Amino acid sequence: MQYLLLIYANERDEGALDPAAMAAIMQEYQEFTKSIVQAGQMKAADRLKPTSSASTVRVRNGKVVTTDGPFAETREQLGGYYLVEAKHLDEALAIAARIPSAKYGSVEVRPIWPAMG
Amino acid sequence: MDTHKRAVHEVYHREAGRVLATLIRLLGDFDLAEEARQEAFAAAIEQWPARGMPVNPCAWLIQIGRNKAIDKIRREVVFRTKVMDREAATAEADALVENPDADAAAFGDDRLRLIFICCHPALSMEAQIALTLRAVCGLTTQAVARAFLVGEDTMAQRLVRAKKKIRDAGIAYETPDPSILDQRIDGVLAVIYGVFTEGYAATVGAELMDAELCREAIRLGYLLDALLPSNARIMGLLALMLLHDARRAARVSSAGDVILLDDQDRTLWDRSQIDQGLALVERSLRDPSPVSHYAVQAAIAALHARAACKGATDWPQIAGLYAVLLRLHPTPVIELNHAVAVSMVDGPERALDLVDSLAARGAVREYHLLHAVRANLLQRLGRLDEARDAYQTALETAKLEPERRLLKQRLARLASYQ
Repeated sequence: MQYLLLIYANERDEGALDPAAMAAIMQEYQEFTKSIVQAGQMKAADRLKPTSSASTVRVRNGKVVTTDGPFAETREQLGGYYLVEAKHLDEALAIAARIPSAKYGSVEVRPIWPAMG
Repeated sequence: MDTHKRAVHEVYHREAGRVLATLIRLLGDFDLAEEARQEAFAAAIEQWPARGMPVNPCAWLIQIGRNKAIDKIRREVVFRTKVMDREAATAEADALVENPDADAAAFGDDRLRLIFICCHPALSMEAQIALTLRAVCGLTTQAVARAFLVGEDTMAQRLVRAKKKIRDAGIAYETPDPSILDQRIDGVLAVIYGVFTEGYAATVGAELMDAELCREAIRLGYLLDALLPSNARIMGLLALMLLHDARRAARVSSAGDVILLDDQDRTLWDRSQIDQGLALVERSLRDPSPVSHYAVQAAIAALHARAACKGATDWPQIAGLYAVLLRLHPTPVIELNHAVAVSMVDGPERALDLVDSLAARGAVREYHLLHAVRANLLQRLGRLDEARDAYQTALETAKLEPERRLLKQRLARLASYQ
């Protein structure tokens, strides 16, 4: 079985951390990632940019409706994900609009932090 | 203001958006380009009085802005990499900046790119309008803040967040792909119309209209029409704005009171602006593409503009156009206007049914005009007590001082009948 582990935290609290505290958390993340890589359990992982960079795509009556901000409907639940490569936001939004569930649900489009070198 | 300062000011008003648009392409960064634009105009104020205005002020400003930005990039590159030798730093800085190709077509494309980036649907509507006014129209942050009735700091924050979103989300500085161009044009038109309606019918405060916002919206309409010529929807919106704005001088009395269409002095209407609007609405409606709601609204405004006096208004045709509009773009406001037109054709009783059905759906209970229209219909039906109650409710929900004064007048007149 594969499992998707979704990480939730308060962005504002995280943003308010001092550099030393932030560095300590990053160190912890590196150690954790290394441990699951070594255990052969790691499939993929990425850090998302904050929700202020998010857009949401819905297709209603054949029209693509793009809105500012993250997905916010409590009546809908997370059902899956695609990780895609796109030249710019418009290309990512166009792909999102082709996801079948966009016709009745929502697709949140969140950029990913570039991998650290 | 001395002549030189005024000259720079005029160039700023005309070219600010154009200079910024090209600087963003050359520098690849919104903030850097805005700063460069500011420095370029500061240099113009300093240098033009002594050396005279350059032959091509726009190219001069872009050149100066670009050079200032390169200096800044160089300083930062040197700062970032203290050990890097100066030659390498210079090479890196130069690589960041292309040479400006000063041909008019490239300028046009740049402006279009800037409009599309400012009106990107991944930004909130509020952010789109604010960014368009600041970046494309060149309004100061202070002026944009005034238009939104918020403090300058709040507006500055909003603009910073919008630009951060553009950067973080990867919104491209490109005109949209042809497959989504139509939809994105609709978004741009919504922003321009948003600027216009905010100026034409401010939603709170003491003043009824903000003429500067109306002018900027019309300017944006002309700009878009020049960049994407013969587009029926753009012509429709431009016609709509011109025809409404042509009535500006007649809409408010010298005491600042609202004057409704019926009571306006039609000699105060701007005839040349009406003629421009009429020509555009005809071109828009002749286009084979599906008719836009802007063009239909412009056609309604055209019928009002053509009537020499209120008795000459072609109400049956206006009611018909509102019925079309209800199919194209059903909103509570249009439904209400449709009811008003119906009252002029079929009488107040049928119109009251339409208004009551609208009110029963609860969509606009807080909207003062619904109650004002209801009151007027009830009055015409001789149901004066109910009319008074409806005017009272309208007064409780109206937020603009001039509109409140008008409602109080109506109430007083109603009391004199009883």
